Amino acid sequence: MSLFPVLPSTRRAFLGRVSQGVGAVALATLLDRSTASLAAAAAPAGSRGAVHPLPLPQKAKRVIWLTMAGGPSQFETFDPKPKLAAMHGEAMPESLTQGQQLAQLQGQKLVCFAPQFPFAKFGKNQTEICSLFPHLGSVIDDLCLVRSMTTDAINHDPAHMFMNTGAQIAGRPSMGAWINYGLGSEAENLPGFVVMVSTGPGRSPQPISARQWSSGFLPSRFQGVQLQGRGDAVHYLANPGRVTRGQQGADIAAINSLNRQHDSFVHDPEIATRIAQYELAFQMQASVPELTDLRGENAATLARYGCTPGDGSFASNCLLARRLAERGVRFIQLYHRDWDHHSQLREELPLRALETDRAAAALISDLKERGMLDDTLVVWTGEFGRTPMSQGNKGTVGRDHHNKAMSMWLAGGGVQRGLVYGATDDLGYAAVDKVCTVHDLHATMLHQLGIRHDAFSVKFQGLDAKLTGVEGARVLADILA
Amino acid sequence: MSAVRLLCALLFGGAVTAVWSAELPVPAQIEFNRDVRPILADNCFSCHGPDAAHRKGKLRLDVRADALAREAFVPGKPADSELVARVRSPDPEEVMPPPDAHKTLTAREKLILERWIAQGGNYQRHWAYEPPVKATIPAGAHAVDVLVARRLAQVGLTPAPSAGRRTLIRRLHADLLGVPPTPAEVTAFVDDPAPDSYERLVERLLERPQYGERMAIGWLDGVRFADTIGYHSDNPRNVWPYRDWVIASFNDNKRFDRFTLEQIAGDLLPDVSQEPRVGSAFNRLLLSTEEGGAQPKDYEARMLADRVRAIGTAWLGQTTGCAQCHDHKFDPITTRDFYALGAFFADVKEAAIGRREDGMVVATPEQAARRAELHAAVVAARSAVTARADVLAAAQAQWEAAPPAPNTPRPVLTVLQKTAAARTARERQTLQAHFRTHVSTVARTELAALATAEEQEKAYTESLPHCLVTEATPARRAVRVLPRGNWMDESGEIVAPAIPAFLAPPSTGASAGDATLTRLDLARWLVSRENPLTARAFANRLWAQFFGLPLSRVPGDLGAQGEPPPNGPLLDWLACEFMDHGWDVKHLVRTIVTSATYRQTSVATAEQLAVDPANREHARQGRFRLEAELVRDYALAAASLLSPRVGGPSVKPYQPDHYWEMLNFPPRDYVPDGGEAQYRRGLYVWWQRSFLHPSLLAFDAPSREECAAERVRSNLPQQALVLLNDPTYVEAARAFAARIVAGGRTPEERITWAWSVALQRAPRAEEMSTAAALWAEQLAVYRADPGAVEVLLATGASAAPAGADRVELAAWTHVARVLLNLHEFITRE
Repeated sequence: MSLFPVLPSTRRAFLGRVSQGVGAVALATLLDRSTASLAAAAAPAGSRGAVHPLPLPQKAKRVIWLTMAGGPSQFETFDPKPKLAAMHGEAMPESLTQGQQLAQLQGQKLVCFAPQFPFAKFGKNQTEICSLFPHLGSVIDDLCLVRSMTTDAINHDPAHMFMNTGAQIAGRPSMGAWINYGLGSEAENLPGFVVMVSTGPGRSPQPISARQWSSGFLPSRFQGVQLQGRGDAVHYLANPGRVTRGQQGADIAAINSLNRQHDSFVHDPEIATRIAQYELAFQMQASVPELTDLRGENAATLARYGCTPGDGSFASNCLLARRLAERGVRFIQLYHRDWDHHSQLREELPLRALETDRAAAALISDLKERGMLDDTLVVWTGEFGRTPMSQGNKGTVGRDHHNKAMSMWLAGGGVQRGLVYGATDDLGYAAVDKVCTVHDLHATMLHQLGIRHDAFSVKFQGLDAKLTGVEGARVLADILA
Repeated sequence: MSAVRLLCALLFGGAVTAVWSAELPVPAQIEFNRDVRPILADNCFSCHGPDAAHRKGKLRLDVRADALAREAFVPGKPADSELVARVRSPDPEEVMPPPDAHKTLTAREKLILERWIAQGGNYQRHWAYEPPVKATIPAGAHAVDVLVARRLAQVGLTPAPSAGRRTLIRRLHADLLGVPPTPAEVTAFVDDPAPDSYERLVERLLERPQYGERMAIGWLDGVRFADTIGYHSDNPRNVWPYRDWVIASFNDNKRFDRFTLEQIAGDLLPDVSQEPRVGSAFNRLLLSTEEGGAQPKDYEARMLADRVRAIGTAWLGQTTGCAQCHDHKFDPITTRDFYALGAFFADVKEAAIGRREDGMVVATPEQAARRAELHAAVVAARSAVTARADVLAAAQAQWEAAPPAPNTPRPVLTVLQKTAAARTARERQTLQAHFRTHVSTVARTELAALATAEEQEKAYTESLPHCLVTEATPARRAVRVLPRGNWMDESGEIVAPAIPAFLAPPSTGASAGDATLTRLDLARWLVSRENPLTARAFANRLWAQFFGLPLSRVPGDLGAQGEPPPNGPLLDWLACEFMDHGWDVKHLVRTIVTSATYRQTSVATAEQLAVDPANREHARQGRFRLEAELVRDYALAAASLLSPRVGGPSVKPYQPDHYWEMLNFPPRDYVPDGGEAQYRRGLYVWWQRSFLHPSLLAFDAPSREECAAERVRSNLPQQALVLLNDPTYVEAARAFAARIVAGGRTPEERITWAWSVALQRAPRAEEMSTAAALWAEQLAVYRADPGAVEVLLATGASAAPAGADRVELAAWTHVARVLLNLHEFITRE
C-alpha cells in the first residue's frame, strides 16, 4: 500500500479554483472585521461571566489599579504625623515595636524619623497630604483616602502576591483574573485583563514577576496580558519581515480553511475554537497598535498627563489605561516600580512623586470629564507601608518595610468622594482606627462590581478558594457612596 | 442506542458525575463513596469534618461513630433523623447548610441522604486510602481492555474501531517520544505485514533516547524543576544535571521505587554515588529568596511547607497545603501530620535565605579522571614546595624581620605588626601566602609550578557542571507545629518526622520509636505496599499522557475533594500491576499502549460527543493539543533544524527584546544561544520562573513555582501569534520551505512532499488547491517586491541554502508556515 497516492487534481484544475477558494472569502471577512469601528469593537460581546445574574447592583464596571511597587512611605504621601516630627531622633517607644515583625531593621536601634516634606491642605475639606503631590491635591475631593490599610506580608514578593491574589503562595489567580472570570469581558478584540509596567529613570526598580497577573488555577484565558512599553505591545504581535496585512490575512485564511476541511473528517470541537482564535489574533494585530498609538491624542491631553507618545512612562500608561477602559477592558493594572526607599528617601521620593502625581491626577479628571469615573474604580496602593523609624544602614536615611500601616486611595466606582477613612496612631506605626485588610479591600472591590465576595469561589485543592481567603473579610461599607 | 437510554445506562451503571447529576434519578441502592460522600464533602465537612478547630456544634459527619454519638441520624429511620430534618427545614435558623454558607442541596441530594439513612447509613473508607485491589483477568486477555469493556457494558457504550496505522504510529511517536515520525518510518510501519509489527514498534520506540525526554516533561512539572530560584530577584541556580538525571532514569528504566529513593534520600543510600546524589537535587528544587529583609524563620517555614506540598503532589496525589494552617477540611491529614511530614527534611543543609551555593561537581568518568590528574599534579607540586620548606622558612623569617616594603597590603601589615606569638593560625597563613606569592626570591620555580597547578585544577573544576544536591546536616532544624501557619508563633509543640497518622505506619527504618525516622524511611514508605497512594497517583498521571485525561479527574488530589475514578478497578489494576512488576515504568507504559483501548480511533461519533464529551469512559481515544515543548519540537523537526542531542545546560531560544526588563538585582540581558543550542528540544529551554519564555507560556507550560500534577490545555489567540510570528517558528517555516522546494519539481509534488513531512499523509484535493492558491498569491507578492524576500529570509540565524530561488523560498515559506499552524499539526490524534 502506498501512503501518498497520486492526487486527482492537475495544476490547471487547482489554479482554476483560486479566485473562488474558501480562503478568499474568509480573508475578506477577516479584513472587513479588522477595520470595524472602535465603537462596535467595544460593544458588549455578550461573553457572560461565571457570576450570573449579579447578586448585587453593579456600581463599577471596571477597575484601574495603580500599583506603586516597592512600598511608598505613608509619611511622605498621605498620612501627616506632627508627633513623629516632634520625636525626630528619639528612640521609638518599645511598647509599639516589641515582638513585631521587622525586615531590614532586625536587631537595629529603632529611632523616630520625622516626615521629610511638609504637608499641605487641599480641597473643600482641607485634607492634608504631602506637598509633593499637588496634582492629586487638586482632585482630592474625588478621592477616598484610606490611612488605616494593613497587610500580612513584609517582603516585596510575598506582599505583591498577597495584594494581587489574597494569598502568599504562588498558584492562586490574581484579582484581575478573578474579576474577568466572574464578570466576563466586554472587550471584543482585547484581553479583559491588561497589565502595564513602566520603568522610570530610578535607581533600583523592583522586580515584578509575571506571577502577579497569573490566572492561577482559573483557565489561562483569564490571565493578565502585559502590554510591553517597548517593542511589540503584545508578544509576537507584529508580522515577520515585511509581511503585509494582506499576506498575513491570506495565510490565516488558508489556515482556517484547511482546519475547516480537516474538521469535516474528524469532528473535533476544538477546531472551531482554534479558527476563532486565529481570527481574534488577526484582529488584535490591528486593534492593539491602534490602542497603543497615542499620537492621535491631542496636545492638551498629552500635556495634562505629562507624557510623550512611545516613552513607556507611567504617565503614558495612565493615558493608555483610559483608552483601555474606553474599549471595555475589565481590569487594568499599572506598575510603577520604584518606591523601595530604604535609603535616599529625601532624594528619591520627590522624583517618584514627579513621575506619578500629575498622571494619576490626570487620569481621575480625564475619566471624570468623560463621564467614566462613576463606573470605573481607580485604586492607588503599594504592597505595604514603611516604618516611622529611620533606616540608616544603607547609606543616607530611609525607611524600612512595614505591614502594620500604609496609606492608599480609591476613586470612582461608587466610592465616596472627598473622604478620609481610618487612622494610624500618633507615630504612624500601626493602623488603629477602622483597620483595613487586603481581604477587606478585595471584598469592597468585588462588592462594587456586583459580586458577593463570600459566595464567589472556585473549587481548588479541596477548598472553596476565594479571593478574600478563608478567614473572613468585610466590605468597607462606610466608604461607599 | 438513543441518548436517553444511554443516560439511563450511565446512571444505573453508577456513572454519577457532576455533569448529569442534577437530572438523574436516585439510585435504588445507595453507595456511600459514590453517592453520599460527595454531598457531605461539598456541603458539610467544612464545618462538620476533620478540622477540629473549625468544627461547629461538636458534630463530625465524616466518621460514623462520631456522627452517631451526636445523634446526627438514626440508622434505618430517616424520619427520626436530625440530619434529614435539618436539610429539609424551611427555617433559615435551622436549615443545613446554613444560608451564609452559600450552599444548597438539590432535591435529589436530599433524597439520597434520606435513602442512605433508610438503608442503614453505612460508611465506606475513602477509596484511595484502601489498598488497591487487583481484579482477576481471564488468561490471555489484556487487562486494560477487559476492565474498560466491563465498564462500557455497564454504561451501555461500545468501543470504537482501531485507528488507522498512520494514526497509530503518529500517536505512539507523540506519546512515547514527543517527536513526529518521518515519512519513511510511517510508510515502513504501514506496509509491515507482520502480526506483531505494532508491538515491535513500541519496543523500538521505548529504546530511543527521546523516550526519556518525553517522559521527563510531566515529572519535571510535578517536582517544579526550573533554572531559577523563583522569589524576587529570581536568580539562576545550578540544577540542570537533575533534569538529565530524570531523562536518564526513564531511559535506563530505573525502577520507580529506586527513582523515588534517590530523589528524596539519594545522599543517605548505602550505595551512594554521584548519580543518586544528583537525584537528591529534588530536595533543592523549591523556591528560595535573596530579598533583603527576608527573615530566615519565615523562609524556613515556607520551605518546609513547599516540600510537604511537593511530596503530596508528586507522590501521594494528595493535597496537603491546607493543613499548614489548620486540620484539612475534607481529608484526614492534620496540622500535626503536615509538620511531622515536613520534619523529615529538617536535616537538608541549606541557607534559609540568600544565594544558593554552586553545588556538587557533576563529572563524566572522563572528566573525573581529568580532574584526578590535575589534582595529582597539585599534590606533586605541593610536595616539591614542601621539599624547599626550610629554605623558604628562613627567607620568610628574614623578610619578617626587615622593615616592610611601602607597597605591603594593609592586612599583611597588620599581621606583621603583631609579635609572632600573638598571630593566629589564619594570620600566619596570610603572611606565608603573601610572602610566597609576592616576595620570595627562593624556590621561585617550585612556587610558580604550584600556583599554575592549583589554578589549572580550579579552572577545570569550575568549568564542570555543578548541581545543588542534598547534604544531610547533623544540626537538624527543630520543627514546630506553627499555629495557623504563623512562623512568629513559637508556642507549638516540636514534632519528630512521622508518616501521616491516617496512612499505615512505616514498617521500614527505625524501630520502636527510639530513633528518628529519616528521609530514607519516608522514601521507602512512599514506595511500599503499605502506602495505597503512590502507585495509584503515578498510574493515574501516566494514563493522562496516553489518553489526555487521568482516570481520576484531579491527579493532584485523590482525596475527598478529588473524584472517585469512574473506572476504579482499572486504576487499581494498573497500580497493582506496577508494584507487582517491581515499579517497572516501561512495563506499565507498554501495558497501556499495547491495549486495544489505546489503539481506538479518536474520531468521536456525534452520539459519543453528546453523552461522553470528555471521553471519561474510553469508548474512543482522546484528541488533544501537544504540550508546549512538543509544539516547538514538531516545528523544528519539520524544518530539520531539531538537534538530536540529549541533555546539557538549559538553552535560550530567541525571545522578545526587553522581556526580562522587569527582572532586577541584578538587571539581566537575554542573549539567545547560537548554533546548535538554538535548536534544542523544548524541555531544554531555560526555565525562568518569573518570566517563562512567552511561547512556552502561551501553550500552557507552567511556571513551576508550585508542583503541578497536570497542565491546563487552553486554546488562545496568543498561540496563533506565537506560531505565526515568533522568529523560531518563522525560521522553522523558512527552513521547512527550503526542504519543500528540494522535495519536488512541480508545485503539486512539493505540496505533496510538504504534507508527507508535516502530517505524514497526502493532501486531499481541496487542500492541494488551497495550498497552491496561497503559494501562487504569495509568489506574486514577492515577485513584485523582491526586497521583502530578503527581510523574510533573514529571520533566524540559520542560513538559507545557497543557489535556491529566493523568491520561491519566500513564497513556500508561507505554505510551510500554514502547515506549522494547522490544528492537525499540533494535535495528537
